[in-house]
Amino acid sequence: MPLDPATVRRIARLARLRLEEAELERLEGELGSILAWVEQLDEVDVSEVAPMTGAVAMALKMREDVVSDGGDAEIVLGNAPERIGDFYAVPKVVE
Amino acid sequence: MRLTDLGIAAARTGLARRDFSARELALAHIAAIEALNPRLNAFITATPEQALAAADAADAARRRGESESLSGIPLAIKDIFCTRGVRTTAGSRILGPFVPPYESTVTRNLLRDGAIFLGKTNLDEFAMGSSTTSSAYGSTQNPWKRKQNPEARLVPGGSSGGSAAAVAARLAMGATGTDTGGSIRQPASFCGITGMKPTYGRCSRWGVVAFASSLDHPGPFGRSVEDCAILLRSMAGHDPRDSTSVDRPVPDYEAACRRNIKGLRIGVPREYCVSGMAAEIGEMWRAGEEWLREQGAEVVEISLPHTKYGLPTYYIIAPAEASSNLARYDGIRYGLRVDGEDLIDLYERTRGEGFGAEVKRRILIGTYVLSAGYYDAYYLKAQKVRALIFKDFSDAFQNVDAILAPTAPSAAFAEGEKTEDPVMMYLNDVFTVPADLAGVPALSVPAGLDADGLPLGLQVIGPPFGEEVVFTVGAALERAAGFTSLPALRAGEVLR
Repeated sequence: MPLDPATVRRIARLARLRLEEAELERLEGELGSILAWVEQLDEVDVSEVAPMTGAVAMALKMREDVVSDGGDAEIVLGNAPERIGDFYAVPKVVE
Repeated sequence: MRLTDLGIAAARTGLARRDFSARELALAHIAAIEALNPRLNAFITATPEQALAAADAADAARRRGESESLSGIPLAIKDIFCTRGVRTTAGSRILGPFVPPYESTVTRNLLRDGAIFLGKTNLDEFAMGSSTTSSAYGSTQNPWKRKQNPEARLVPGGSSGGSAAAVAARLAMGATGTDTGGSIRQPASFCGITGMKPTYGRCSRWGVVAFASSLDHPGPFGRSVEDCAILLRSMAGHDPRDSTSVDRPVPDYEAACRRNIKGLRIGVPREYCVSGMAAEIGEMWRAGEEWLREQGAEVVEISLPHTKYGLPTYYIIAPAEASSNLARYDGIRYGLRVDGEDLIDLYERTRGEGFGAEVKRRILIGTYVLSAGYYDAYYLKAQKVRALIFKDFSDAFQNVDAILAPTAPSAAFAEGEKTEDPVMMYLNDVFTVPADLAGVPALSVPAGLDADGLPLGLQVIGPPFGEEVVFTVGAALERAAGFTSLPALRAGEVLR
């Protein structure tokens, strides 16, 4: 079942994705059929199962809380699409 | 013999004996890339000058009596590993202008051991795909051709299709890839080479452009099991910069390739016998069982009961993680920026123009399954089924040392053959996805040809951190299969 247009628009907005009208229409069908397909998981009884969050069970290691890198604005800003001095430049946010 | 036909093990010997220099080896591969890449589009970015400078350094080091395990070995790097000073695109328009100021841990390990990088290979955008057709830099062509219809443009598999095509066509001696749902093993199978996905955490993900963090596994491609073993030993190891990297000693995988399989118990999962699988694949699987029995292994049927739920589980978890990981591409700090009326409009236009159709589909699915009201029904449920899939493997490895299965349900298909319906394309990964969900090591080794003359791979799956037994069984299959067929397009062959 196709996803309704309002839902596709809502999740596109949540995902910060601008979609053209033609894309929206195609996605209603495609997303609907993918979601219908994954719903076969409803056949599985998971009432007694704990969710798996990672592939290898392990305790996270601690490391020394020290400065190991940084302090080079030129390297950090090297890929900036737009900069002003040592800052990233963005459109005006606060009037 | 052409230098481009050598494997890594043989090239190491030749370099040590001074039969040829690292510069000659690099030049032979650079010439092959110049001749064939316009046709194959295996590389997005070739770096011949850096390769020659590194080769000269390797030769100079050798003259001083210093050499490492990969000194002078020319490799291709999937364009998802950040390489310092060399553009890294992940196959996406949104990273088109991105030049990393740092080196990924896996590539740093390879450089530490003397490897030479020939360039960055093509992939499905953000590694999302099974055909290398969703790259913003054009599709990669499989160097193999159908006997009956040599005009058809076949896909190399994906997502690491550029790496697999480069190694198969002898443009590189080995390559790196990443496997999230099958992206090393399926292209290895389609291109008639060997590819290894190690245990989750064996190879650091630091500096690898993230797709689905709990599923992304870096690993090697080679033209033999031994070459993959050599590369994995260099790539693997603990990295404090990746909190999921595992702190365990890295064994000598080459030695594992030389062990015999006498007394090993090999499981054959009955659920991997799916309808619609090509007949030759079933026959090759039976042949594989026989090859292992002849060398002294015991083959037993096993059950992995939740196999059919692997794909739908994957297509919830992977897009969910992808939608979070790809939120960082906002047009502010690096990559493409498309200006808008305000900041939100800038984000939306940048992402709308920067991402391709498959990436958008997965971001939207991921956003949907994580959104309020749907999280439990989709994402939490998938994480629980993932636990059952992991348990299937744990139970199986109580009774067997390794599992034998086909790598993919078909040989390489032609461009456009499976693109109309996204779910059809997803089914390609039916045999590879479960090992990613469980995080267990798995390797694909070429085992035969189908009726069209296209290569087919067999897959060996091992228990967590069982890379050694996977290499041992993989090498046994390789010896018995005696796979010597060559792709139509390869270095040194006259182009037709």
